[in-house]
Amino acid sequence: MTHTIQTMTTLPPQESDNIAASLRKRPRIRESIIQGFLFFCGALSVITTLGIVYELGKESLNFFVKVQWEETNKELAQAIGAGDTVFEVTTTGSALAEETVIRMGEEQMLLVTINGTSLEVVRGYEGTAPVEHNSGVGIAFAQKVSVFEFLTGTEWSPQVGKFGILPLLNATLMTTLFAMLIALPIGMSIAIYLSEYATDKRRRVLKPILEVLAGIPTVVYGFFALTFMTPLLRLMFGSDTVSIYNTASAGIVIGILIIPLVSSMGEDALSAVPRALREAAYGLGATRLETAVKVVVPAAISGLVAAIIVALSRAIGETMIVAIAAGAGPAFTFNPFAAAETMTGHIVRISGGDLSYDSIDYNSLFAVGLLLFFFTLGLNIFSQRIVRRFREVYE
Amino acid sequence: MTNRQTLPETPQTGEYASNLPSRHRWSTFWRGVFRISTVIGMIVLVALLLNILNSALGYAAIENEVDPASLAINGYTIEQLHRDDLVFILEQNVSAGVFRKLANDIPFDQRDREDVYALVLEWVVAPQVVQTWPLYDSLFRRAAVQAEAAAEYPEAELRFISWLDGDFVGNPQSSEPEKAGVRTAFLGSLWVILITIIFAFPLGVGAAIYLEEYADAGNRINRILQTNINNLAGVPSIIYGILGLAIFVRAMGTLTSGAFLGAADPATANGRTILSAGLTMGLLILPLIIINSQEAIKAVSNSLRQASFGLGATKWQTVWNHVLPGALPGILTGTILAISRAVGETAPLVVIGASTFITTDPAGPFAKFTTLPIQIYQWTARPQAEFHNIAAAAILVLLILLLSLNATAIIIRNRYSRKM
Repeated sequence: MTHTIQTMTTLPPQESDNIAASLRKRPRIRESIIQGFLFFCGALSVITTLGIVYELGKESLNFFVKVQWEETNKELAQAIGAGDTVFEVTTTGSALAEETVIRMGEEQMLLVTINGTSLEVVRGYEGTAPVEHNSGVGIAFAQKVSVFEFLTGTEWSPQVGKFGILPLLNATLMTTLFAMLIALPIGMSIAIYLSEYATDKRRRVLKPILEVLAGIPTVVYGFFALTFMTPLLRLMFGSDTVSIYNTASAGIVIGILIIPLVSSMGEDALSAVPRALREAAYGLGATRLETAVKVVVPAAISGLVAAIIVALSRAIGETMIVAIAAGAGPAFTFNPFAAAETMTGHIVRISGGDLSYDSIDYNSLFAVGLLLFFFTLGLNIFSQRIVRRFREVYE
Repeated sequence: MTNRQTLPETPQTGEYASNLPSRHRWSTFWRGVFRISTVIGMIVLVALLLNILNSALGYAAIENEVDPASLAINGYTIEQLHRDDLVFILEQNVSAGVFRKLANDIPFDQRDREDVYALVLEWVVAPQVVQTWPLYDSLFRRAAVQAEAAAEYPEAELRFISWLDGDFVGNPQSSEPEKAGVRTAFLGSLWVILITIIFAFPLGVGAAIYLEEYADAGNRINRILQTNINNLAGVPSIIYGILGLAIFVRAMGTLTSGAFLGAADPATANGRTILSAGLTMGLLILPLIIINSQEAIKAVSNSLRQASFGLGATKWQTVWNHVLPGALPGILTGTILAISRAVGETAPLVVIGASTFITTDPAGPFAKFTTLPIQIYQWTARPQAEFHNIAAAAILVLLILLLSLNATAIIIRNRYSRKM
C-alpha cells in the first residue's frame, strides 16, 4: 500500500520560527524538582547505611582507641613526693592489675608490681609530669581494649576490664545452631510438601497459617520460650540439668520463628521450577520423591541456599527471644542448658538501664553492634551472590 | 534406510524389578515425613496461642487485707451502707495522709456512692492476688486447685478471672499486677506508629517511584541504590536501635526532645522521646515499604504509561495521574504490613531507651513513652507469675491490634482485585 504524503504548505519564515520555538524542548523545572526529591528518597537508604557504618565505626573506634578512666574507689593511703615509686593505697575499691596504667590527679603511672596494698610504679608516664600527691587522692585506672583481646578473649566483664567477645559470640552461635537444627529440616520439609505434594486447596489453607506465624511479634515468641519451652525442657531433662534461662530453649524457639521464613522462601524457589522438568522426570518413571529430591530441588538449589542464609542471618540477629529466655550475664559455656548471654541480648541488657554516653559500656555496645552488622550484612550479600551466580534460568 | 536403534529390553526381573517396591516405599515414607513436618508447624502455632490463653485466664486466689464482713456497721454490710458511712469507714481505716490526698483529688461530698465504695474496696479491703493457676489447671484439675487454695490460703477467695478485661485496657500502668493496665503503652504504640507513618510513607513511596519510574536500571548509582535497599531489609532491627540511639537520641537530642521549641520537659530533655522512636522505626520499615511499593508499581500495566505519554503527558503527570492510582491499593497493603512489623518491634525501642514505667498518657511527640511490646517484655522478664498473666493479657491486646491491621490490608487487597 502506498501512502500519499501531504506536503506541508510553506509558512512564512517568521511563523515557522515561532513553531520551531514552541516545539523546542523546554526546561521543566517542576519535573526536575520532583525527580530530584524522588532521588533523594531513594538515596536516603544509602545515607542510612552510611550512617550505620559511620556511627558504629566511630564509636567502636573510641572503644578500641580512647583510653577510658575508670574510678577504682581506691585512695592513696600516704602523701608521696614527686620521686616516690613505692607507696601504700587503701584496701577498698576494685582490684588493680599489674602492667596497667593508673592515674592520680593529672599524673599517669605505669603499675609495675602489686604487693598487697603496696604498689610499685613508674612515675610520670605518657608524658605527664611527676608531682606530689596528698593522702586520700583517688586512683583511676586506664581501660583500653585491643582488637586482638576483643576477638580472642574468653571473658566479658567490663567491670574488671575484660572485653573478650567470645562468650557472647559463642552463645549467639549456640542459639543459632539450635535454631537451624529445628528450622532447616522442618522448614524445608514444609516447603517441599507445599510445592510438590499439597493439593491446591490444602495449600490455600496452609500458606496463610504460615504467614500468621511469621507475623507474630518476636516478643511473643520470647514469652512462649520462657513459659512453654523452658518448662517443657525442664520436664524432659529434669529441672536440675536445665536452668530457667538457657540457650537451648531460646534457640529452639528462634527455630520455630524462622520456620515460616525458610518454608515460604523455599516454596517460592521450588514452585519457580517449570512443570516440564517434573513431567519429564515422571515420564522416565521416577517416583514423586525422586522427582522432588533429584530433579526439582537441584534445579531450585540457588533459591533454597539463599533461603537458608537469610534464615541464618535472621537467627543471628534475633533479639527479644534471647533477651527473655537465654539469660543475662555472659558465660563461656557449651552447655545448652545453662544461661548465656548472646550479642544481641547483651546490647539489650546494657542499653536497657541508664546508660551514660562515652562510658566504656556505651562504646562496647557499638563494637558488638558493628560485629553483628558485618555478620548479617555479609550473609545477606553472600545470599544475593549465590542467587545471581547459580540461578538456573528457564524460559 | 536408517538403522533403528533398539532399546535395551526392560528387564522384568532382577535388579530393576526388585528395586521398585523399595523405591515406592521410600517415596511413601518421605511423603509421610514431609506431611508430619507440616503438621508440626501447625501444632506449634496452636501451642503458641493456647500457651498465651493458658496464662491470660485462670483461677486466682485473692486475699483481702481486711475482711469486708468486719467493716459492717450495725449489721449492715458495706454493700448496703450509705455514702457517708463509707466515708467514715475510709477515714477510720486509712492513714490521714492518704485520706487527705483522696479528698484533695475530688472532695468526698462531690463523689457518688459507687465511687466511694470503690475507694473503700481499693484502700481498705485491698484485695491482693496471692497465687494464680493457669487455665489448664483451672479447667481440668479444678478439685486439686481448690484443695490447694483452701489449704494454703484459708483466708483467700478463689475466683476465676480473665486478666484481659475492660479495666486492663483502660488502666494506666501500675506496679501491682491486679491494677496494672496497658492504656499508656497502647497510646504510646499509637503515637510511635503515627510518627513512623508520617516519616516513612512519603519517603518510601517516593523512593519506590524513583527506582521504578525514573531510574535507569543500567546506571551504576541506581544499581547500588537497589542492592543497598535489599541489604538494609536484612539488617537486624537492633542495629537500627543503636543507630537511633546515636543519631536521634544523642546527636539530634535538642530536636527530638523538643528543646528547640522551648517545649522540653526537663525529664525528657535527653531525646528519649516518641519522636526519636518514630523516626527509628521509620528507618527500620523504610526498606520494606520501598520493596512492597516497587512490587505494586511494577504491577501497573505498561500500556497505561504509554497511553499517557502518547497524549503528551509529562513523566510526573503520568506517574501522579495514572501509575499511582493503579498502584495505590498494593502500596497501602504493603505499607500496612510494614507497619504491623513496626507495631511488634521491641528491640530498637529498648535500645533507644523507652521508659518502662509511665503512669500518665503520652501528651505529644516530645513525651516519654512506653509501647505494648516493651510492656510485654518488662512483664515477662519479672519472675512473679502474676506479671506473666498480665503479660499474656497484653499479648492478646497486641495480637488483636495486629490482626485488625492485617484484616484491613486483606480487605484493601480484595477490593482491589475485584475491581481489576
